[in-house]
Amino acid sequence: MKVMIDTGNYIAAKAAIMAKPNVVAAYPITPQTTLVEGIAKYKETGEFKGEYICVESEHSAMSACIGASATGVRVFTGTSSHGLLLMHEMLHWAALSRLPIVMCNINRVVGPGWNIWADENDSIAQRDTGWIQFYVSSNQEIFDTVIQAFKIAEHEKISLPIMINYNAFILSHTSMPVYIPEQEEIDEFIPKRKPTWKLDVDNPITFGNIILPDAYIEVRRDMQRAQDYARNYIKKVAEEWREKFGRYHGDLIDRYRCDDAEYIILTMGAIGAESRIAVDNLREDGLKIGLARVRVFRPFPKEDIVELSKKADFIVIDRNISVGMGGALSAEVKSALYGNSDTKVYSYIAGLGGKDVTFKDIEKMIRKVVDGKVKTLEWYSLEE
Amino acid sequence: MAIKDLPLEEHYIPGSAACPGCPASMALRMVFKAIGKKMIMVVPACCTSVIESLHPYTSFDIPLLNIAFEAAAAASSGVAAALETMGRDDITVVAWAGDGGTYDIGLQALSGAFERGTNFIYICYNNQIYSNTGIQRSGATPYAAWTTTTVGGKTEFRKEMGEIVQAHHIPYVAQTSIGYPEDVYRKVKKAKEIKGPKYIEILAPCPPGWRFDMSKTAEMGKLAVETGAWALYEVENDKITFNGKSKLILEGKMKRKPVEDWLKLQGRFRHLFVPERDEKRLKEIEDHIDMLWRRYRSWVGIEK
Repeated sequence: MKVMIDTGNYIAAKAAIMAKPNVVAAYPITPQTTLVEGIAKYKETGEFKGEYICVESEHSAMSACIGASATGVRVFTGTSSHGLLLMHEMLHWAALSRLPIVMCNINRVVGPGWNIWADENDSIAQRDTGWIQFYVSSNQEIFDTVIQAFKIAEHEKISLPIMINYNAFILSHTSMPVYIPEQEEIDEFIPKRKPTWKLDVDNPITFGNIILPDAYIEVRRDMQRAQDYARNYIKKVAEEWREKFGRYHGDLIDRYRCDDAEYIILTMGAIGAESRIAVDNLREDGLKIGLARVRVFRPFPKEDIVELSKKADFIVIDRNISVGMGGALSAEVKSALYGNSDTKVYSYIAGLGGKDVTFKDIEKMIRKVVDGKVKTLEWYSLEE
Repeated sequence: MAIKDLPLEEHYIPGSAACPGCPASMALRMVFKAIGKKMIMVVPACCTSVIESLHPYTSFDIPLLNIAFEAAAAASSGVAAALETMGRDDITVVAWAGDGGTYDIGLQALSGAFERGTNFIYICYNNQIYSNTGIQRSGATPYAAWTTTTVGGKTEFRKEMGEIVQAHHIPYVAQTSIGYPEDVYRKVKKAKEIKGPKYIEILAPCPPGWRFDMSKTAEMGKLAVETGAWALYEVENDKITFNGKSKLILEGKMKRKPVEDWLKLQGRFRHLFVPERDEKRLKEIEDHIDMLWRRYRSWVGIEK
């Protein structure tokens, strides 16, 4: 094991090539560019031995990934924001095809106006595509999750694509030290993909032709079952990673000081990392605050959320907005609680458009709730 | 090669859901004969999404990936790249798309795949309409043709896809017509042996779309060539050769038939003849074809 100090994107590129994908197809977009440049560099040096397809759009990137994955090989890509939105049709296609593609999405604001900073609306808008969605909060977690994702996506009972989301610049362009396992250890952790179906001249099938309603419903039901299965398998893989490499970022949820908490912060991505500091500071002042950083948004950790609600009220901080409703995580949390808990849920919208959300901001949000000054939905930084 | 000398091998097997007289089915048989079993076909939304038959059945005895309307060329790049990493240079990747998926919605992905040198054959079976959705105009629909979105006849001329593709300077570009199955077979067979991007466009007269009798598909494909409304040519490494009757027309050894001979057999041009002849538009069509042939002659260095 060695330590590499680099930005989130270069760490993602390193993880991707160590997973030895046969094909990477990607199109550059800020702030994902250094990820594809990283892959291109590894291709140039020969460390990446697969094919790197420089496509002419993100729609084609995902289409090429689907074509490659359909032959039964390992595939990786990365994108962000408008690139992800352009892929939308093919995201559905990949998931309905049950192809285990792994993709990093660097969460960036959706325009107009043009804005390249952190915001989760791009990936939240892909919620219903059938992709498994991770939201990670450190460069180490980026590395570890990319490797874990191949194991999860390629599991025969899951066979679904996985999107690993991390915040623009806060992670993508920030250097942190990251432990890198030996290549042999990774090879052992994620052996060669064994496809559940593939395009094969010796066993020809027609994939994706016209399907009638009765069979289509089965396809959807099977996807739901696969996501349900993934809920437990993700936990298992996180455990296996901890045993092998001694690192752990939580399973579906990263829990921090939740045991005796009266209020638990629920959030995703980089705000989750910042919230740890806020929790420590607030605890020093005697406030019993915990943190449940939701690491996996799809499949949604329903049971874990209900379990956490038994002793604490929730404060949800969303760096996204489903306009006309509210924060997406908040809505999902309330949905999970319905009929299972009467825990109060306080919701904040914060950090949209890349506005910085520091531990001090989070402390302010929490204190306001504790002081009884928050009703249901608050827009942090707009109310003052 | 005569039709009787074509291989007996068939990968277009019973169970097809094609219309009677379907030109795409005829062309597919030729493609399968020319390439054989070792191929992977990528099909975007087009008539072939239906022709191939319904889940859980298939009428094609080769592996096939259906893909979104605009994505055939890009998905083929993925398939080809994956095969490359597996050292499977014995498998031919074929994108098989209609004119909608080629001229219009799929043009960007097609251009991208050609520019980046994807090793595949892109075949456009051109029936000059969006036929799978029920006969709407496409960029390939000829001037004055009736479609459900051009009820008085299309007001624009079709684009020259062959020229757009040639501008990519790929190793092989060809136009053919299902009126000449041996020409289709020969060109696909030739493309199979060439590495890099290949483009073949097959004119595919569609009985319900063009409004002619289902027994006349091949005849309509021949008349298009004889009237000069369509040209048979192939371009190998930027060197162009006209084939069959198109070669004769080009070299002045055969006078092309009046385009009316082709138009008046198609219900989609009926309004040019009934209730009275539309001399203006008929002349515009002839003039346009003359212009195209002047261009063709200039390509091969024939003046006039």
